[in-house]
Amino acid sequence: MADRHNEGVPAVAVQDLTVAYRERPALWDVDLTVPSGVLLAIVGPNGAGKTTLLKAILGLLRPVAGQVLVFGEPVEQQRRRISYVPQRGSVDWDFPASVLDVVMMGTYGELGWIRRPGRRERERALAALDQVGMRELSDRQISQLSGGQQQRVFLARALVQAADIYLMDEPFQGVDALTERAIVMLLQQLRAQGKTVIAVHHDLQTVPEYFDWVMLLNVRRIACGPVAQVFNEHNLRLTYGGRFAMAAFAREVEETAPTVVTPDRSSSGGGARGAA
Amino acid sequence: MALPDLALDYTLRTVALGAMLLGLSSGVVGTYAVLRRESLLGDAISHAALPGIALAFLLTRSKESALLLAGAVAAGWFGALLVSAITRTTRVKLDSALGLILSVFFGFGLVLLTFIQKQPDASQAGLDRFLFGQAASLLRRDVQVMAIGTLAVLLAVLLLWKEFKLLVFDPDFARVLGLRVRLLEVILISMIVLAIVVGLQTVGVVLMSAMVVAPAAAARQWTDRLSLMVLLSALFGVMAGMSGAVLSSLTPRLPTGPTIVLVVSGLVLISLLLAPNRGLVWNWARSRARRGQVRAEGMLRQLAALAEHHGSLEHGHPSAVLRASGWSPEQVEHVLHDLESTGYVRQVGADRWAITAAGMARVRTAAEANKAGDVSAYLTGSGGEVTGEGQP
Repeated sequence: MADRHNEGVPAVAVQDLTVAYRERPALWDVDLTVPSGVLLAIVGPNGAGKTTLLKAILGLLRPVAGQVLVFGEPVEQQRRRISYVPQRGSVDWDFPASVLDVVMMGTYGELGWIRRPGRRERERALAALDQVGMRELSDRQISQLSGGQQQRVFLARALVQAADIYLMDEPFQGVDALTERAIVMLLQQLRAQGKTVIAVHHDLQTVPEYFDWVMLLNVRRIACGPVAQVFNEHNLRLTYGGRFAMAAFAREVEETAPTVVTPDRSSSGGGARGAA
Repeated sequence: MALPDLALDYTLRTVALGAMLLGLSSGVVGTYAVLRRESLLGDAISHAALPGIALAFLLTRSKESALLLAGAVAAGWFGALLVSAITRTTRVKLDSALGLILSVFFGFGLVLLTFIQKQPDASQAGLDRFLFGQAASLLRRDVQVMAIGTLAVLLAVLLLWKEFKLLVFDPDFARVLGLRVRLLEVILISMIVLAIVVGLQTVGVVLMSAMVVAPAAAARQWTDRLSLMVLLSALFGVMAGMSGAVLSSLTPRLPTGPTIVLVVSGLVLISLLLAPNRGLVWNWARSRARRGQVRAEGMLRQLAALAEHHGSLEHGHPSAVLRASGWSPEQVEHVLHDLESTGYVRQVGADRWAITAAGMARVRTAAEANKAGDVSAYLTGSGGEVTGEGQP
C-alpha cells in the first residue's frame, strides 16, 4: 500500500551527504532523490560507497554532513515504512533459529517492547515465505540453507514488515538462477504495488532489464535518473575509470555470469584486462 | 558423611543452593555472550570486579557480602562499558580491549588487596575469598542476595526474549526496525555483570568466566533452537553447581569452585564429542559413510561403462581390473560385496563381477538427478543428495 498522502513527496531525499571512515571519505557530497514507486539500482566499483549510502539512508551510521529524508521526514520517524535486506554475509548463519523464526523478526518493530509474535505474525511470515517460494522450508535450520535460500529468507523478513521502501544490499550476489528469477518477480510485484526499491547491484548487464532508475556512484554521484537517460557508456566510463570499455565488459559478463566483479581501478580485474 | 545425611546438612544445603543459583544465572546469560562471540567479556568483567570489592571494603570497612558485591557490580559494569567504548571510538579491536581492561583492573585490584592485608586493623577481611572463591563462606544471606540477582536475570530474559534474540542475530536489522539497540546492549551487559557477581564468592574472579562460557558452549552442541539452548545451558550450569558442591563436601580438602568448573568442563568435553549432528564422533561417522557412498557410486559407474562397452550384462570382470587409483584390494572387495547385497552387482564366477539391470537403472537415475540436481536441490532444499544406498 503506497501511501497516497505522500503523493509528490520523494520516497528518499538525500542532500549533500558526506560520510567518512576515519580520514577517508566514503561518500562525498552526494545528492539523491528517489521518486515513490521507482526501482532504483545503485552501481559503482568496489569501495564506491554503495553499502555506505544504504546504511546512511537507514540511519545506521552518522554522516559527517548532509541530511536524509524519508517521505519528507527523518528516518527515525519513518521506521515502519522502510525495510532493509542486508548482505547475506552480514550475519552468522550458525545462529540457532529456524527459517520461520528469522522471517518473524520482521514483525518485531511493530510489536514494540516485550510483546511476543503470535499466530497472526506467524501467518504473515508464512505468507511472505510463500512469496519467495520458501514455505516448505519454514522449519529448516538456517545453517542448512544454500546461499540463494538465505537471500530469500532475508527478502521474506523484509516483506513481512509491509514497508513502502525496500533497501537491498546486493540481493543478486552469488545466488542461483532460481533465486534470481524469484527476486526479479518479487521486484515486479513490489513495483506493481507502488513500492520503492533501492538496490545495490553488481551486474551491469541486467540493469536495464530489472530496474527503472539507476544511480552511478563512485564516492561522488556520477549520474542518477531513468535508465534510458543516464545508463550510457560515457557515464559508466566516468564511474569505473578510463579503462572501462562497454564491449569488452559485455563479453566478460557473458563469460562469468551471473555475478561479475566489476573492474576495480586499483587491481587488474578481468574486465580491465579485456579492455586493454 | 553418608549421602542421606548430606541433604540435612545445613552448610551443604546453603552451598549447594548457592552453586545452583550461580550455574543457573551464568548458564542463561552465557548463551547470549557465546552467541554474540563475546565469551571473553565475562572474563574481563569478573577480573574487573576485584578492585570494586577492595574499594567497597576500604570505603566502608564492612565485611558484608552484599556491600562488597555492590562494589563488584559497579566496577564490573564500568569495565564492560569501557570495553565497548574503546571498541566503538578507537581502532583497538575487541580482543585487545578485553585484555587491556582485564589486566589493568585486575592489577589494580591486586594492589588494593595487598594494601588492605598490610593494614593493622584489617583483621583478616577475608577478601581473598573472592580471588579463588570459597563456597564454605557462603551464608544464608549471601544466597538470598544471589537469588535476587538470578531472578533479575531471568526476568530480563523472559521479558526481552525477542529483543535479545534479534540483537544477537542481526543488530543492524534491529536498529532498522526501530529497536533501542544501545539500550538493549547495556541491559545485556548488566545481566552478564549480575550473573558474574552472583558467582564471585563461590567460584572467584579467576575461574568465573568458565561458568559463563562452558554451559552455553555445551548446550549449543545439542540443539538448534535458542529457547532449548537457554534451557539446556541453565540445566548444565545447575547440574555442575550442584554436583560440584556435593562432590567437594564428600571429599576432604576438595575446593568447591574449581570442582564446579571441572564438572562443567567435563560436560563440554562430552558435548563436543558425542552430541548428534555437531559432535566429533558423529561427524567422523558421517564422513566415513559418505566416503563409502562415493566409492560405491564410482564402482557402479565403472561397471556400467564396462557393461556398455561389452554390450552385455553377463560379462564378468576380475576385481583387479576394477581397482581405481588409491584403492586397496580389500576396499574394492568390500565395496563389491556391499553392492552385491543391495542387488546392484552380482558375482558371475570366481572373482568375476558384473552389474545387474537394477544397477544400470540406478546409474542412469543418478546421472539424471545429478544433472537436474543443482536446480531442484534449491527447490526442495535436499542438497542434491542422490546416493541413498550403498554403504550403511
